[in-house]
Amino acid sequence: MDALKRYFRSPAAVAGLILLMVVIAMAISAGWLYPRDPLALAGRPLLWPFSNPRFPLGTDNSGRDIAAQIFYGARISLLIGGVATAIAIAIGILVGAFAGYYGGWIDNVLMRITEAFQTLPNFLLLLVLVAVFGSTLTTVTIAVGVVSWPAPARLTRAEFLSLRNREFVQAGRTLGLRDLQLILGEILPNALPPVVVYASVVMAVAILLESALAFLHLSDPNVASWGNLIGLGRDVLRVQWYVSAIPGVAILVTVLAVSLVGQGLNDALNPRLKSR
Amino acid sequence: MSDSVLSIEDLSVRLPVGADRARALANVSLSVSANEILCVVGESGSGKSVMANAIMRLLPPEVRIETGHIMFERSDLCAASLAEMRHVRGKGISMIFQEPMTALNPLRTIGDQVGEMFSVHTDLSKADIQKKVKGLLADVRIPDPDGAARAYPHELSGGQRQRAMIAMALALDPKLLIADEPTTALDVTTQAQILKLIRDLQRRRNTAVLFITHDFGVVAEIADRVVVMQRGVVVEQGPAAAVLSHPQHAYTRQLIAAVPPLQAPPPRPLASENILTLSGVSKTYRSGGFLGRGARVTAAVKDVSLVLPKGATLGIIGESGSGKSTLARCIVRLIDPDQGAIMLDGKNWAAMSHRDVRRETRHIQMVFQDPFASLNPRRKAAELVAQGPIVHGMPRAEAIAEARKLFALVGLDPAAGDRFPHEFSGGQRQRIGLARALALKPDVLVADEPVSALDVSVQAQVLRLLAELRAQLGLSIVFITHDLRVAAQICDLVAVMKDGAIVEHGPTHEVFGSPRHPYTQALLASIPGGDFMRHRVAAGA
Repeated sequence: MDALKRYFRSPAAVAGLILLMVVIAMAISAGWLYPRDPLALAGRPLLWPFSNPRFPLGTDNSGRDIAAQIFYGARISLLIGGVATAIAIAIGILVGAFAGYYGGWIDNVLMRITEAFQTLPNFLLLLVLVAVFGSTLTTVTIAVGVVSWPAPARLTRAEFLSLRNREFVQAGRTLGLRDLQLILGEILPNALPPVVVYASVVMAVAILLESALAFLHLSDPNVASWGNLIGLGRDVLRVQWYVSAIPGVAILVTVLAVSLVGQGLNDALNPRLKSR
Repeated sequence: MSDSVLSIEDLSVRLPVGADRARALANVSLSVSANEILCVVGESGSGKSVMANAIMRLLPPEVRIETGHIMFERSDLCAASLAEMRHVRGKGISMIFQEPMTALNPLRTIGDQVGEMFSVHTDLSKADIQKKVKGLLADVRIPDPDGAARAYPHELSGGQRQRAMIAMALALDPKLLIADEPTTALDVTTQAQILKLIRDLQRRRNTAVLFITHDFGVVAEIADRVVVMQRGVVVEQGPAAAVLSHPQHAYTRQLIAAVPPLQAPPPRPLASENILTLSGVSKTYRSGGFLGRGARVTAAVKDVSLVLPKGATLGIIGESGSGKSTLARCIVRLIDPDQGAIMLDGKNWAAMSHRDVRRETRHIQMVFQDPFASLNPRRKAAELVAQGPIVHGMPRAEAIAEARKLFALVGLDPAAGDRFPHEFSGGQRQRIGLARALALKPDVLVADEPVSALDVSVQAQVLRLLAELRAQLGLSIVFITHDLRVAAQICDLVAVMKDGAIVEHGPTHEVFGSPRHPYTQALLASIPGGDFMRHRVAAGA
């Protein structure tokens, strides 16, 4: 695997992968390190970090353990990031592949729909969706995925446009392959690398979107997410700033890790584009 | 030599670790004298372009000159500073490239780009520069030099662009002109004109020319002296006449032998039964315009009627834009023809629905031009070949086993089926493409320029393979090509296409022996090294 070797040659990409592993490890070990409900009251409210050995990162305004919430929040962020990205990329590939392969009026219709989604600020659309369908974890995740698909769709379409007239696709057609076989078997595997790389951007944005919702108290209040914690900390921001800052750092690290991995994948999959 | 303009002494150029060999050039020595054309000949990968770039010091950073000297005007270019090189480039040595479209800036006019040579290297006034540019463009015989100076690159034809490049290269009367395959991307009639132009200008200006090419026909046309390179080593050099008529090194002999002679083989008896009949096939493209008004209409194929007897090979010859590829794609229905009938085995292919075409497609298969683009890079070779039979209902394991047998048939190692396309050379990939087309056991094979992207020696091998398969499997072939020499080798019948229409067709030996249409005559007269080849054939016969 040349791509794998190239990936591990870049220190930034390796650092990103390690950070991502740390976040994943936090999500996995949360139940084992903090067997109690992270949203249960644990001690005195607003304890500063390092002041009590039982709460290394302190407690929030209602006396819940911040460290426990950070560990459980990793689960929520990764879950929302992963599932929303999968939804966005799946819709994007579907729309982009059909628009790019068939062209003509199909392309026109699909691209006008894509543009309609793109011209609306996606956070505004997300607010509308959450306001209409409620703010449970499921609806928030699906809503984030639904507002993020236009960019991957355009990217897939561009790849398909350039690949569909290549000689190997024509060769497949002369062999008698059906359109669906050409799309899935011949073109898609060649169109995938840039879309996979772009998925890391979608994932980072999805995590940020959920945090922004939570900051406005519009995300699911019954789960321990980093965004919820930031939202809570907003009330005591001037004095007990650490309540917002600690989950903020967690989000920063996660988004950074995802972006570094994405950049590393990009360089590994498209070695010729790598700037010297 | 006292009057040598450029002399390369013991030059070695090192390639980065992981390249296919350690040195691109190994101990190369040669010299170019004033007023001579030195041809450097070699196949792809022989290091001839690396040499040109080494002289100009334009090598990529990871490729570096290891030892040796490049002496130009009593100074060593290997040791020159960047500022000194800037003075040499353009003024002392200039260069023309293979693809004039990419070598010119698309956003600036031709006159502007030629004039830049003067504004960078001299103190001439704007008006003087304009006058000089017009003189130069007239010198390279561009029709309407004033108009050409105002034109952008895309508004000129390929030949005119190459003329503009030559004008730019000769602007400052360089001592040495390096021409890196300057006619490879051009049509044969344009190529003949450009070669003549280079020859004339060189005579008039006493410029030394280092001419890089892979084509011995071009060498015979233009060279005073020849240097033959193989894998970075000079294997032979000497006066053109001597090297061409008495090649010493085995590789030179092999290269010259691989150049197809322009003589049709003795005609084979043809079956009276026709397998493929085209009648009145037309395809018109419309672009732009609103609701049909002001649209640009291009007739790519105009009323083509041809027959292919069973077991025969029909060559369709034409220059770029003649519509020959469109015709090939109409025959296999990659493009839907507007009018006409394509009769194969009692069925009209032109009128079939796409669903029926998909089902019947095993009767007619296609081989593509570009061995790099025509294979899906993410499938293994055996899978690529087995794909067709699998689609038409053969069980996978059986199809893969069949594919391995086909590998042996086209001269590949059956064990190579587990490798990906990028692990094969160009010639080997073209064999995979051929195996893929043959896997469905077609009656008719449409080959669209199947050997144009290959080196001459590989070209000869693939053509030999096609001829063998034709005899072995009773294939009928439609062979699209721009190269008359290739057509002469393999085709029983030829049809010459120009601007979408067939201007002349008939048995190969008749069309090539006594061409009737002026365009066919012009094509035949433009083949580089035609005289040399005729002598060789006469001597051999």
